[in-house]
Amino acid sequence: MIEVIVFVIFAVASVTGALVMLAARNPVHSAMGLLLTLFSVAVFYVMNAGHFIAAVQVIVYAGAIMTLFLFVIMLIGVDRSEDPTERIPFQRPAVIGLAVGMVGLLIAGGWFAWVPGRPSAAGPPNGTIEALSESLFQSWILPFEVTSLLLIIASVGTIAMAQFRGRKVDM
Amino acid sequence: MMVTPAWYMALAAVLFTLGASGLLLRRNALVMFMSIELMLNAVNLTFVAAGAGLGNLEGQVAVVFVMVVAAAEVVVGLVIIVAVFRRRATASVDELAEMRG
Repeated sequence: MIEVIVFVIFAVASVTGALVMLAARNPVHSAMGLLLTLFSVAVFYVMNAGHFIAAVQVIVYAGAIMTLFLFVIMLIGVDRSEDPTERIPFQRPAVIGLAVGMVGLLIAGGWFAWVPGRPSAAGPPNGTIEALSESLFQSWILPFEVTSLLLIIASVGTIAMAQFRGRKVDM
Repeated sequence: MMVTPAWYMALAAVLFTLGASGLLLRRNALVMFMSIELMLNAVNLTFVAAGAGLGNLEGQVAVVFVMVVAAAEVVVGLVIIVAVFRRRATASVDELAEMRG
């Protein structure tokens, strides 16, 4: 029963955060809404026995990535609010119609079998660091190494792009 | 009454749809980027919920990889936004409709 209560509270919190992100005119408010959603998702990870994943979610997403977002918002200015009129006149109703259709289709499609396969009798897996790293460093060692390559490429690309400023003359 | 993986799947569907509509509705490149993060999180939630339902740890391993790729993607995407802002002094994608630099 307590699980249902926690689920309902954080489901409402995550949807509220997503709606705030969607509707806020100020990008900082959008970032705060997304932060609420990220924390709620971390709670859901804990409820699904993903303890290490939940910690990583808080540290990497809510910590590092949101800080980066706020940094860039501060860098490019928060006082520029969006022009509320679209270039395509029917964009807003079309998007709302598409969103309703999409969520309807997803829920209708998943209604019969959200998780195909036999549900486990033993309950959720053990999501501690030991169990996860055993899987990561034995079965998935090659993908793990490739992600390190990806991170290096990303950081080198970022530095390269940040240095374009000196050479290019502004218009 | 039990919380089954189906509940998380339905919630993730709602969150994913909100992220997708944010991507289509907003013009600020930063908020569009946050919508992408929201969609990634919704998919991560389905991975973890399905893994818990099936008693399989691989769902959480997939989430680790998605997080690494998302972190790399955020860094590159934000530096692109900053580079565009330096040249054009705007973060609105509507004003970047021409291909002219």
